[in-house]
Amino acid sequence: MKLLELRGLAASVDEKQILNGIDLTVNAGEVHAIMGPNGSGKSTLSNILGGRDGYTVTEGEIELMGAPVNGMSVEERALTGLFLGFQHPIEIPGVTNMEFLKVAIDSHRISLGEEEMNTRDFMVQVRDISKRLELSTEFLKRFVNVGFSGGEKKRNEILQLMLLQPRLAFLDETDSGLDVDALQVVARGINEFRSDENGVVLVTHYQRLLNYVNVDFVHIMINGTIVKSGDAQLAHEVETHGYTGLGEA
Amino acid sequence: MSEQSPSAAHDFIGKEYAAGFVTDVEQETIPPGLDEAVITEISRRKNEPDWLLEWRLQAYQRWLDMPEPTWAKVDYEPIDYQAISYFAAPTGDKPKSLDEVDPELLRTYEKLGIPLHEQEVLAGVERDPNTPRVAVDAIFDSVSLTTTFKEELQEHGVIYCSFGEAVENHPELVQKYLGTVVPPSDNFYAALNSAVFSDGSFVYVPKGVRCPMELLSYFRINAQNTGQFERTLIIADEGSYASYLEGCTAPMRDENQLHAAVVELVALEDASIKYSTVQNWYPGDEEGKGGIYNFVTKRGLCRGARSHISWTQVETGSAITWKYPSVILRGDNSVGEFYSVAITNNHQQADTGSKMTHIGRNTSSTIISKGISAGNSSNAYRGRVRMNPGAKQARNFTQCDSLLIGSKCAAHTFPTIESQRSDAIVEHEATTSKVSEDQLFLCRQRGIDAEKAVAMIVNGFCKEVLRELPMEFAVEASKLLEVSLEGAVG
Repeated sequence: MKLLELRGLAASVDEKQILNGIDLTVNAGEVHAIMGPNGSGKSTLSNILGGRDGYTVTEGEIELMGAPVNGMSVEERALTGLFLGFQHPIEIPGVTNMEFLKVAIDSHRISLGEEEMNTRDFMVQVRDISKRLELSTEFLKRFVNVGFSGGEKKRNEILQLMLLQPRLAFLDETDSGLDVDALQVVARGINEFRSDENGVVLVTHYQRLLNYVNVDFVHIMINGTIVKSGDAQLAHEVETHGYTGLGEA
Repeated sequence: MSEQSPSAAHDFIGKEYAAGFVTDVEQETIPPGLDEAVITEISRRKNEPDWLLEWRLQAYQRWLDMPEPTWAKVDYEPIDYQAISYFAAPTGDKPKSLDEVDPELLRTYEKLGIPLHEQEVLAGVERDPNTPRVAVDAIFDSVSLTTTFKEELQEHGVIYCSFGEAVENHPELVQKYLGTVVPPSDNFYAALNSAVFSDGSFVYVPKGVRCPMELLSYFRINAQNTGQFERTLIIADEGSYASYLEGCTAPMRDENQLHAAVVELVALEDASIKYSTVQNWYPGDEEGKGGIYNFVTKRGLCRGARSHISWTQVETGSAITWKYPSVILRGDNSVGEFYSVAITNNHQQADTGSKMTHIGRNTSSTIISKGISAGNSSNAYRGRVRMNPGAKQARNFTQCDSLLIGSKCAAHTFPTIESQRSDAIVEHEATTSKVSEDQLFLCRQRGIDAEKAVAMIVNGFCKEVLRELPMEFAVEASKLLEVSLEGAVG
């Protein structure tokens, strides 16, 4: 099953061309890593998949779960099974993490024609996931991302991932700003999440997350296009030789 | 910015102001215009004693000499006070029991979810033996239709009735307290109200009594081209307690309608009054056409030592709101509070806040104001904290937060502090924030639609105030916030 297919995707942000023809297919059961230097267009790719305002597809096509995304709103794409992990998770003062998670899971269930989740079941499940991510229950009562450390913000993203169980997780620099302990916790969450039914795309600057998560494919992205694809070995090459030299490959 | 399908947009327009219907009943009105004859006629129809007519006429003379205030941050065409009708009532004698009330009127309250039968409860509130019951005074245009639980309240000595009945049955109380907190000469609209006021609610809680139920007055404007000028007077005698709620709605009409109420609260020694408002007058349409001008004077007097007055308001309706519920802290150790949420959307304008006047020793006051502006609206907080020379060790804490949704709305803050005491403690905190694109993108990416996301963020922003509302009202208020902000994004 194809979860994501990009065919010759080109895109602009505020009329500035950032992506220049990307081809990528992610099937169920696969974990991909997209690596590249700063400014290569990785975050733009995340926003364009999400359907964010101001990001325009200029050429090519995006298919999610086998259907073109043309005309789909941000929430429709999310409800079809796309999850974006944010590089810089935004703060929402006044809204508790618990409340946010409940509304999010209920939105998913309602779109499937199901009832809202029973509060007790919800609490049990959220507490269980929090525990696995080494987050205290106190953390659930705090406002979304307000006053969270960098590591807590990223673990909070993984908590949302594990709760919402999307078909395709596109995680933008989930490893940035994490110390080794937090990195291992996040990696463990991703490993618990991955299955034959879903797909994961890890967008990363460094190879170190890949020490903890086994990837099937690695793509090198430079100047808005994928210049090289390969297996996990490719990531090690980047670690040793850097991105220079790969751009013209 | 959200990609809404046409049908979603249609749904939104359809449900935006659920209380906007008109009740078709026969009405008698006094023709438009204002002079001494009209005032005399209002007083005659209400069978008032001479002293009250005299009081009205004096107020009218004052009003004639007063200029209309222009200092508020609101903008509207001049009001023609001669084009307004000052009295409207369903025809016939006042019904003696609910059976005599026009069924059309009963259906109106049914639609609004307001219980007029004593066995009923407020719409949306589950019947729970622990839920305090609610007594209702239903005011339709210029008259009160009915007051529920009157007998049971009487057993406790609590008087809860329409203002008109209070004048008839308890003239000594009315005469003793009327105008003692808001004198007729206080301001232009208070003077106008004093001259032409129609019905409103009256509450008296005797010494040492804790009022056994919530008291709800529900104001409904129905008639066209009429103004509503209700007058409410609440007296909590020594050591007593009352919690009073008011709600209000009006039909959708293209013309603006004037609502100029006066509310006076008096708390004697050790007494406590909690006054909650959910204001949902018709706000006008998306283009800013129609809607109520809500020009209201509300003030409480903490007369006795250790008395306590608390105002909580959720203001979502009205085209223009001009309102500053205030407390005069005269008794030593008395406490005044003001908790406010004011939402403006489309072309609504609000200029609201509070005045805390500290006279007694060791008095303390708190002001928490949350202003939310969306669409093309304008929302201003205006406050004044005054520490008089005798207010030894008085304290005030003011927190004033503004939240902006979109880029065409405005928020303003006009705080004034006048302290004549060096030992006074006055704290003022203010913040302005915006519902950002990033916040909305995060919510929507988690499957939460934009309007729900805004409602969630706004509810979070107002939490401190909403939790001050009695439970019956909190649910209602929270829903109302959501409806008021529909169309604020997209």
